Amino acid sequence: MIKIDEKGFYGKFGGAYIPEMLHPNIEELRENYEQIMATPEFQKEFRGLLKDFVGRPTPLYFASRLSEKYGAKIYLKREDLCHTGAHKVNNTVGQIIMAKKLGKKRIIAETGAGQHGVATATVCALMGMDCTIYMGAVDIQRQRPNVERMKILGAKVVPATSGSQTLKDATNEAMRQWINNPVDTHYIIGSVVGPHPYPEMVARFQSVISEEIKWQLKEKEGTENPDVVIACVGGGSNAAGAFFHYYNVPQVRLVAAEAAGLGVTSGKSAATTVLGTSGILHGSKTLLMQTEDGQVVEPHSISAGLDYPGIGPVHAHLFDIGRAEFVAVEDEDAMKAGIELSRTEGIIPAIETAHAIHALNLIEYSKDDIIVINLSGRGDKDLDTYIKWGGY
Amino acid sequence: MNRIDKLFQTKKERVLSIYFTAGFPKLEDTLLIMQAIESAGADIIEVGVPYSDPIADGPTIQDSNQIALDNGMSLKKLFEQLQDMRQTVSLPVVLMGYLNPIIQYGMEAFCKKCQEIGVDGLILPDLPMQQYLDEFKEIFDRYDLRNTFLISPQTSEKRIREIDTHSNGFIYMVSAHSITGARTGISEEQIAYFQRLEAMNLKNPRLIGFGISESETFTTASKYGNGAIIGSAFIKKIKESQDLKSDIESYIQSVIH
Repeated sequence: MIKIDEKGFYGKFGGAYIPEMLHPNIEELRENYEQIMATPEFQKEFRGLLKDFVGRPTPLYFASRLSEKYGAKIYLKREDLCHTGAHKVNNTVGQIIMAKKLGKKRIIAETGAGQHGVATATVCALMGMDCTIYMGAVDIQRQRPNVERMKILGAKVVPATSGSQTLKDATNEAMRQWINNPVDTHYIIGSVVGPHPYPEMVARFQSVISEEIKWQLKEKEGTENPDVVIACVGGGSNAAGAFFHYYNVPQVRLVAAEAAGLGVTSGKSAATTVLGTSGILHGSKTLLMQTEDGQVVEPHSISAGLDYPGIGPVHAHLFDIGRAEFVAVEDEDAMKAGIELSRTEGIIPAIETAHAIHALNLIEYSKDDIIVINLSGRGDKDLDTYIKWGGY
Repeated sequence: MNRIDKLFQTKKERVLSIYFTAGFPKLEDTLLIMQAIESAGADIIEVGVPYSDPIADGPTIQDSNQIALDNGMSLKKLFEQLQDMRQTVSLPVVLMGYLNPIIQYGMEAFCKKCQEIGVDGLILPDLPMQQYLDEFKEIFDRYDLRNTFLISPQTSEKRIREIDTHSNGFIYMVSAHSITGARTGISEEQIAYFQRLEAMNLKNPRLIGFGISESETFTTASKYGNGAIIGSAFIKKIKESQDLKSDIESYIQSVIH
């Protein structure tokens, strides 16, 4: 049974390893989030915004040409059609309502590719809340359009200039700023990482993805359960959402596609389950890419959203107990898969998402199998990367 | 007898603890810095174990961590440097660091080594109290290591009482809700917080840190606690120093007097 325990652990992974200065904030959230989420008032506002603002339910689309090509029944869960272009907004809508209920006035968030930053800036504009986004200086350079989108939406974008100047460092900076402003500020973490209760809370907001897959598949195929669910994993929020209602349905295979970068043995990779060992980062115990001395290693992926040296604790647990299959997809293969999907189905995916598409080449299945791929985001933000790569 | 216990038995006022990052500014400066802190007249030496992701630290200490790592500092290297420190250093020595490098070394092996070379206490900012009680307290105790927890202005009275119960050595009062090096000076609001703590009559001595940089702030902090901790300001001093020994001595003496 995959379930979080009362101390915030999934098996060996999770917990809340945080400086005491953050204890009151985390404790406030831990004590209240389940209760707040369970109220009809919260659910009404959350469900209402998901429907009318985000545009849910997103379609479960039968990809006929892709199915024919690979010899399986392949469905795409169209999170790319969410407002702002990716699944990230499911979580930010939930957390902004949570922040309001907790009486917070200000929002901070980290972002890698900028999708979570845009989704956060969007809900802050919607609710009239002050918004500051921390983003690695390197990511600011490679995701320029998203930086401008955040600014148009009224958010302040602050570069994180320490370390590798990517998602890990943006997260460090957001945590520091939360320590500096603990009373009036809520930190909207964008993935299933961070101290308990964040990984579980974010997974629950994203679980709407698998909730919809169940009834949509029932309508189309007469069963709630596909044979395989595939999702890409950086921190792992879209995967957690797509897997959530299938964690404890053993006949449904869960496949997580990690970023192998230039290859898992190249030294330029982000394949955490291959290269990582148990450690503590950003407040939770999880699998982590690190040196023998316990220093965190700089990851590499062509997709900024997967360029993270850790993985959500729930995924570390799924890996540990063998509940999910993990595959590692190299930059080049992901880019080709992005082009392949563009040309077979008319959908340009985010490069993160393209990793999940390529996983079709790395796992076994038979022609009657129903495969659901979580199409977590669209490729508009990645045009520069596609253009620079040029292989189309 | 543990040197921290011994210190607070005899000295209850104006205790000065100095933090520096091991391996900064140069890899082999560690012992020299410790000796200078002692000869200058400070009371506790806090040796920072550098980490790639120090989330409770501001830019000054972050930079010193990164430079130390780039210089080649690691826990193994640090233990080699400190192997014979007790031949020249008699002050209490506290290691301060984030949990991950220590867990990779192995908590038991780490604590054993600490005792062997004469370390007296630990400050691990991202070790939560519950985890400490569940997993590590017994090990710390076995190797006679004192454990210091942090408290901040947001820490509730109930939790302060719990922290006091489970701490030994001293309590680290973070003077404002902030990361290290973010503030200078002491406000009236902070003084109210110091007074609130003073009135709680905790069993552990209290050292005030974050925002202490010179004689005036040290004296103010010492009025409301048993003393103070200087970190970022000290790092700034040694970063610019051409003559570590004399600069450290003159700086610390200017704070004390």
